[in-house]
Amino acid sequence: MIKAILIFNNHGKPRLIRFYQYFAEDMQQQIIRETFHLVSKRDDNVCNFLEGGSLIGGSDYKLIYRHYATLYFVFCVDSSESELGILDLIQVFVETLDKCFENVCELDLIFHMDKVHYILQEVVMGGMVLETNMNEIVAQVEVQNRMEKSEGGLSAAPARAVSAVKNMNLPEIPRNINIGDINIKVPSLSPF
Amino acid sequence: MSDVVEKTLTALPSLLSLDSQPGSAKLSSTSKLGNLIRGITELTSKHEEEKLIQRELASIKEQVSSPNTSMMKELMVRAIYCESLGYEASFSYIHAIKLAQQGTVLEKRVGYLAVSLFLNESHELLLLLVNTVLKDLQSTNLIEVCMALTVVSQMFPKDMIPAILPLVEEKLNHPKEIIRRKAVLALYKFYLIAPNQVQHIHNKFRKALCDKDPGVMTASLHIYLQMIQENPEGYKDLTASFVTILKQVVGGKLPMDFNYHSVPAPWLQIQLLRILSLLGKNDQSTSEIMYEVLDESLRRAEMNHNITYAILYECVKCIYTIHPKSDLLEKAAKCIGNFVLSPKINLKYLGLKALTYVVQQDPKLALQHQMTIIECLDHPDLIIKRETLELLFRITNAQNVTVIVEKMLEFLHSNTDDYTTIDLVGKVAELWFIETMNTVFSVGGDMMQPDIPNSFLKLLSEGFDTVEEDRKLRLFAVDSYVSLLQGEPGKLPQRFLQVISWVLGEYSHLREELEPATVMRLLAKLLDMKQTSSETKSWVLLVFQSAQEVSETYGSSMDTVLRQRAQELQHLSQDCELRARVLPQDAGLEPLEVDSSLSFLDGFVSEALAAGAAPYKPPHQRQEELAQAKALSLEPYGLSLPISMSSCSIADRQSPTLLSMSSGLSGDSTDLSHKGSSTTLKLDGVKRVWGREGYLAQREAVEEAAQVEVPSPLRSPSQQAEADSSHSQTPTPTPTPEPDQEKQQLASSLFFGLSSQSSVCLMGKSEPTPQRFRRKAKGQASSSGAAEQISNSLVSAPSAVDNFLCNNLLDSNITSQVGISSSEQTSELSQGPATTNGTCDTEAESTDGDIKGSNPSLIIGDNGLVAADPTPHKDPGSPKDFCLSSHLPAELSELCRSEITPLCSNQSLGLSACHVHKEDSLVLVVFITNSSDAAIRQILLDLDSEQLQVIYHDVTSHSVAMHQFSLTVKRPSVHVEVVGMVSYQLPVGTPQESLTLCRFSCRPLTVSTEEYGTMWLSFSHDTKQNLTLISDGEEPLTATLNVLKEKLQLHIVEIIGMEGIIACQLLRDQPCLMHCRVHADVLAVWLRSPVPDLPDCLIYHCQRALQEH
Repeated sequence: MIKAILIFNNHGKPRLIRFYQYFAEDMQQQIIRETFHLVSKRDDNVCNFLEGGSLIGGSDYKLIYRHYATLYFVFCVDSSESELGILDLIQVFVETLDKCFENVCELDLIFHMDKVHYILQEVVMGGMVLETNMNEIVAQVEVQNRMEKSEGGLSAAPARAVSAVKNMNLPEIPRNINIGDINIKVPSLSPF
Repeated sequence: MSDVVEKTLTALPSLLSLDSQPGSAKLSSTSKLGNLIRGITELTSKHEEEKLIQRELASIKEQVSSPNTSMMKELMVRAIYCESLGYEASFSYIHAIKLAQQGTVLEKRVGYLAVSLFLNESHELLLLLVNTVLKDLQSTNLIEVCMALTVVSQMFPKDMIPAILPLVEEKLNHPKEIIRRKAVLALYKFYLIAPNQVQHIHNKFRKALCDKDPGVMTASLHIYLQMIQENPEGYKDLTASFVTILKQVVGGKLPMDFNYHSVPAPWLQIQLLRILSLLGKNDQSTSEIMYEVLDESLRRAEMNHNITYAILYECVKCIYTIHPKSDLLEKAAKCIGNFVLSPKINLKYLGLKALTYVVQQDPKLALQHQMTIIECLDHPDLIIKRETLELLFRITNAQNVTVIVEKMLEFLHSNTDDYTTIDLVGKVAELWFIETMNTVFSVGGDMMQPDIPNSFLKLLSEGFDTVEEDRKLRLFAVDSYVSLLQGEPGKLPQRFLQVISWVLGEYSHLREELEPATVMRLLAKLLDMKQTSSETKSWVLLVFQSAQEVSETYGSSMDTVLRQRAQELQHLSQDCELRARVLPQDAGLEPLEVDSSLSFLDGFVSEALAAGAAPYKPPHQRQEELAQAKALSLEPYGLSLPISMSSCSIADRQSPTLLSMSSGLSGDSTDLSHKGSSTTLKLDGVKRVWGREGYLAQREAVEEAAQVEVPSPLRSPSQQAEADSSHSQTPTPTPTPEPDQEKQQLASSLFFGLSSQSSVCLMGKSEPTPQRFRRKAKGQASSSGAAEQISNSLVSAPSAVDNFLCNNLLDSNITSQVGISSSEQTSELSQGPATTNGTCDTEAESTDGDIKGSNPSLIIGDNGLVAADPTPHKDPGSPKDFCLSSHLPAELSELCRSEITPLCSNQSLGLSACHVHKEDSLVLVVFITNSSDAAIRQILLDLDSEQLQVIYHDVTSHSVAMHQFSLTVKRPSVHVEVVGMVSYQLPVGTPQESLTLCRFSCRPLTVSTEEYGTMWLSFSHDTKQNLTLISDGEEPLTATLNVLKEKLQLHIVEIIGMEGIIACQLLRDQPCLMHCRVHADVLAVWLRSPVPDLPDCLIYHCQRALQEH
């Protein structure tokens, strides 16, 4: 079972936090910090698996992560999950995000946190992998998007919103957002 | 990283130039979230961020409670954002629920999302959501149903599950597969949090497994994986189904949609393989069903993509988990090789993991890859390194432990991660510390200083810095000790056993799967083992803090220390409050305050003083005073004896008196042996009678006491011979005597002023020699019986004593008497070969000490001859002296025996008898000597006992016939008679003789004062009586005791002042201790023995002996 999904940037700023097991608020923050501490130390040419830190449950738990440009995607899983399987699931998730946001970047995750959550809900439900087929996930999200359009919400079309954000006025040097390398490179699947 | 920063900086101007673009202006003005995020990025300190967020939250709070809800969705997202940064927005929780309840579909979605992010399963507000969920589950809008199912699977109050369960179940039949799939997962979630609530829908799970949509089926595998994990037996019937599914998946029967990088449904395959490995574990028949498909999977998974490795890895693990099949194992091993050798680091990691997993089954595999493993040890990636160490940890054995621990320590130096450090330090400690200590304990055994185990236990209980590490260390200790106990605990040294029992008692609760009963059983086994010393037993007993049963058993033990412990435990177990006070949990952590001045006893002492008790004097003072008062020095006593002894031996007289003195010497020779070789030298001159063996006996007894091995019943002649031959062997240096408080106290309480130097050494290292002896003695059928007796006695001390006795008897050829209560064994008859050779060296010089009770009397047969005084008949004038002893059968002649005593005789026929001490019985040997010129025919020896012995026998002229009667003492009795009658036919007539053998006898029991003390406490039957003192000039006590010694074959252990202690025994295992004290003009005697009637018997004989004197 997946215990938590954490997405944070290179500075450890959380971008998406989803716990499937209850932790108190301050504990959650501590886990994020510790995970970031563990993951950020690692080079890109090392393996993508880490034994879980002491906080999230010891040796039975593993951290499986991928690093895309400015973002770390970390899945914390127990022993019932396959390491390589989860690694590819992360890939599927990122590819799906890319498809939904059209060239996804960190800003998409910031400004459309809710949307990312909805996408994630179609991939992982209550800690269990629900769907691994990207097309299926996208289709489900599309259904919801259509509904959204028909209702005409505030942030109607995602693509529009993204471009708007990307062109947003940022008066000073941003501390946390790496605008320079703004696009998450969706690698052509030879990451390691 | 620096690249990224650089890029950022270079990209910045261009971004800033976009300032004027209309789109961005529009967004930033309308999007509050945009503003918030921008605001945060502008900040420079955490403090400012905090202030900003607080402001933001305040504004959200204000807007949220306003009736205008058009902004609700956006507000909620902002609240979520704040929460994700770690700021609490608890005011928004209720609004999120409201939003989920009342909003439009989109608002509902945000509401649900916020709820699932904000709340947890036990939050009280969640109850408000139940109705909303109920409503949405029944909605016709698929999206609403999906949302409801999603939130339910994320978190739902446990108590409310029954309310929505029917609705969720219903969804299993929903036409849309996405709904069915989510419903299955929601049910799985219910199963996880409240398994008994979904018991009844197991067949619905089966239906889901058979769903026509593979997605639903995949979802249902989550449930099955979990349930099979919990109970593999219940789902064996599904094995075939799972195999079929996997076969279809592998065979590409699924729609192309399910392919991922042209691999058919890899996650589904992984899941199925996991299930199969659970099902096939330890089950051959089930495993056989899956061999084919596993083979197929291995074959199909071409190494082209990451995900195929994932499948291969699961496949390999499965193959190694289920019942092994050789060709599959071979393929799997090859696969592991591919993993390990892969340049891809993730695969290397998994390869190492797989190796770690299989290495216990197949250590050769690790050998194959040893070079890779060595390389991995120096891998830059710490995780790889650690995994390698983990692998090494698994293959650690006695030979490589040093290297592996070295590597681990090396890694530790380079590592900074706390968690890893803790983990690894624990492992190093496990490997190194416990293992090493185990070796130290088993090798060093009882030789080591007592403070080594003590400090080890102290270390273990006080622990190191981290709790987790301590726990692991203790766990490891518990594990390793349990496995040791399951092995052959009999071989472990006593001291190690004590450590083990302590550790198990303190920490076995840490290992949850280890049932207390198991530990108890293992420890109880120790208690039952005959080798276990009583000290160890009391350690073990302490572990049984609540075991009523055991404490009751040992409550009546013969060992007083054991008994006291057992009693204490019994009281403790009955009194919970007291127990909690005396034995608090984790008491080891709190330093105990020891009041060394024993001030709490002051009241008691002053009371006692007021009541007239003598003030306490320290032992040395007492000793001095006593030495002044009564100058009874031990020195001359001990040293003078060998001289007198040797003279007596040289004279080749077998005087029981002297001999029993000699045994007295060997009793004291604990001291002598400590004094070194002088004793040995002196004894060297004394030939075979007792000298070396006296010394030897001492040494072995010490070992015996320490080792408490199977007491060798027959340290018999073979041993004697052996010992003679191995005389040059140097005895093991005597280890430090253990300050045995209890024994000391006891000894000093019995004998004031006695040197409390304890020479009972419990720590002697066993030598192989006794073992050898034992093996030699194995031929004696009786030995096992005796050994059993010992084991039943549960007291270890007697075994040592037995040994003393045995050796002592062997050494000194004591003419002790038969103690017979019933003769029940048949005799074996051996024809005495008529040897008419030379002089009989059996000078039958019987003394008073020989015969106790009534003297043998000769009763007339037909011819009317009365031999009223059956004084040993010797016919020195007889031209033919038969060497009677040469007629003893070989197996008896080596044993210690009494002199051959003539019982009665007439002109033609002489009867002589002797007793041979077998260790478990007494053999009465009767010699019939024909001294006439004619053959005597039809001699009928008729012993009057339960089993009538009638032996017809012809004895030719001038020859000897011999009969053996084996006598076993069932219980001691005051008066035992064996009456027999011999009738024979001379050519002339038929005279008949009858003989009566009536004896009570005991043998001296040679013990030291300390042993005496221990034994005294452990015996349960006692008698007190006053005896008259003999006063013929000498010091009355000594005189009386000497009389007793002479008459009854007692051993005077010690005489000090007005007190004396005496020891004796009937056969082995039947010792009796006597404590005498002069009161006015009577001797107060207190006897103790483990044998019920023995004290009474002995006191009777004492009275008689003194009367006769």
